[in-house]
Amino acid sequence: MNDAARKDKRRKLVDSTMRRYGHSAYALIETLHSVQEAYGYLDDDNLRYVSEALQVPLSKIYGVATFYHFFTLKPQGEHTAVLCTGTACHIKGVPAILSAIKENFDIEAGETTEDNKLSLLTARCIGSCGLSPAMVLDGEIAGQVTPEIVVDRIGRMIKNDT
Amino acid sequence: MTPEEFKNLGEAHRKKREKFDHVINVCTAAACVSLQSEKVKDELTKQVKEQGKKDTCRVSGTGCLGLCASGPLVTVNKDQALYGGVKPEDASDIVKNIEKKPVKRLQIPTDMPFFARQTKIALEHCGKTDPEVLNDYLALEGYEALFNCLTTMEPIEVIDTMVKSGLRGRGGGGYPVGLKWSTVQKSVGTRKYVICNADEGDPGAFMDRSMLESDPHSIIEGMAIAGYAVGASHGYVYIRGEYPLAIKRLKAAIKQAERQNLLGKNICGTPFSFDLEIRLGAGAFVCGEETALIASIEGRRGAPRPRPPYPAQYGLWGYPTLINNVETFANVSAIIRKGADYYASIGTERSKGTKVFALAGSINNTGLIEVPMGITLREVVYDIGGGIVGGKKFKAVQTGGPSGGCIPDEYLDMKVDYESLAQVGSIMGSGGMIVMDETSCMVDVAKYFMEFCRSESCGKCAPCRVGTAQMHNLLTLISQGKATMHDMELLEELCDVVRNTSLCGLGQTAANPVLSTIRFFRDEYLAHIKDRTCPAGVCTIEHKEEAVL
Repeated sequence: MNDAARKDKRRKLVDSTMRRYGHSAYALIETLHSVQEAYGYLDDDNLRYVSEALQVPLSKIYGVATFYHFFTLKPQGEHTAVLCTGTACHIKGVPAILSAIKENFDIEAGETTEDNKLSLLTARCIGSCGLSPAMVLDGEIAGQVTPEIVVDRIGRMIKNDT
Repeated sequence: MTPEEFKNLGEAHRKKREKFDHVINVCTAAACVSLQSEKVKDELTKQVKEQGKKDTCRVSGTGCLGLCASGPLVTVNKDQALYGGVKPEDASDIVKNIEKKPVKRLQIPTDMPFFARQTKIALEHCGKTDPEVLNDYLALEGYEALFNCLTTMEPIEVIDTMVKSGLRGRGGGGYPVGLKWSTVQKSVGTRKYVICNADEGDPGAFMDRSMLESDPHSIIEGMAIAGYAVGASHGYVYIRGEYPLAIKRLKAAIKQAERQNLLGKNICGTPFSFDLEIRLGAGAFVCGEETALIASIEGRRGAPRPRPPYPAQYGLWGYPTLINNVETFANVSAIIRKGADYYASIGTERSKGTKVFALAGSINNTGLIEVPMGITLREVVYDIGGGIVGGKKFKAVQTGGPSGGCIPDEYLDMKVDYESLAQVGSIMGSGGMIVMDETSCMVDVAKYFMEFCRSESCGKCAPCRVGTAQMHNLLTLISQGKATMHDMELLEELCDVVRNTSLCGLGQTAANPVLSTIRFFRDEYLAHIKDRTCPAGVCTIEHKEEAVL
């Protein structure tokens, strides 16, 4: 472990989680939650670090990290759009929204645009079924969307910081 | 503090609150929050101050008011007025009119069937208390059930009460709660655990989330009572990582309870100790299965294991473990307070009490409802739900998520209980109820759920891992108009195999959506195969060549 990493404040968050559970292997999932919260995704360096600290083989950590959908091993783009694909949203037109996004921004679910501006994710259900179809744009829920609204809002979201 | 002192504290808090002439409650559950209800609340507080009504009028956040479709919701003086679609700029009018007639343009009638037809037990406190204030809960007899158990009842009496109440597991399986508790109580172990399953994975279901956001203390109380009854001193809440607001409120509630010694060592001076921890799920549907959930709490991949031994004998870290879901625990304190007979007087012969449903889809009043068991689907859809959006034709109601089925209109007068739903090939499930109209294609719906099961299958057993993938392929062929009748036969055969040979509930029930849609909407499947058309106009059929049958 190099000095830069040691000084990393975000690492401290991860350390404190592991300490709270007495560096037990049982704390693996909680620790991975901490890593993702602090770093945005699970990077190789941190997985190795956690493996050493909790005495869990890297292969097992990789197994857990890839098993759960919540964890991502890829860094996200500057903006994220999460499309809910729950049943209520599905019957109210999610496929049309997905294809509109693909047409306009050239990405599929789970991908990030080449300029690293936008990541498109899907969620099993965000529990806002009363607002279906629903999306989460940079953390804000947008309800009762249509393909046109989605394309417009994502467009503005990306444009805002250029 | 002693139980007596808590009672006095609650009483004092209630009196303090009653001093205000007017109470404005703003819904701060997730659906309303996403529609900016926090801003509405801030603006109302500001207006109360500016209009000099600070001493007579109180603004407070509250749990889910139910009618999520019309959020953000605001109530004034309990039942005096309910406002929907409130914007921050409406705050001034609401406060101005507080002594006078309600603001007409925002008003939602509270005598509509949506409210009148409900019976609230698990959701008793939702919309009445501020979920972030412990005293609010105490003022409504909160924790009294726990005190009663600890000071006047033996564990076996608590279990007897649960048996008599007839409460069945609300997570979907419907296993009798009293029986489960008594099995764990009889199991021998140096330690025992209580787990609350809040890994609400069914798409289209949001009951558990709403309950945790609206009334976290009742879940904590229910779990502590369960701990006392079965002899456990440690509990876990396994909650979906995707529910940040529910996690935040539950964490805060646990802290408050710990500070007041409602959790922890020697609760309120009694010999009983119980502490509670939160474990975050990480988005795996299979973790709703109890043995997979245990694996996940232990920090491993959430793969189920064969049962028996059941967790009641061999659970978390090998110790006897009681697992119930959120709604089950939410019912516990009410049953103790009001008595088993009261609870058992509601519902049908074999399904007692009430059930919470998340009403969604093509229906006017989407939201959270609690109805007595035995109510008909027609009452739920047309009276409470207010009918189909845009006057379209009803097609089916889907219950039980990916493990359930689609129920067509000829069964609308069927009673809602565990047995009736199972008879028509669906299940009660955790409470998601999605209404579909004529614009939904049943083949597409079956394909949707199969895609879900295929991707959520943990991969441990072959029938589920391979079977769901093959069924999905077949359904895709049918929906694209490329299938033959042979594919249809193969699909039905596969359903049978996967159902009978899978390791856990996920695989065993994965075929339900397919089987129920084939059973009730066979003609739609045949239209895709023989006529190469999708009657609902949902599926894109590329090749319209003659069918080879």
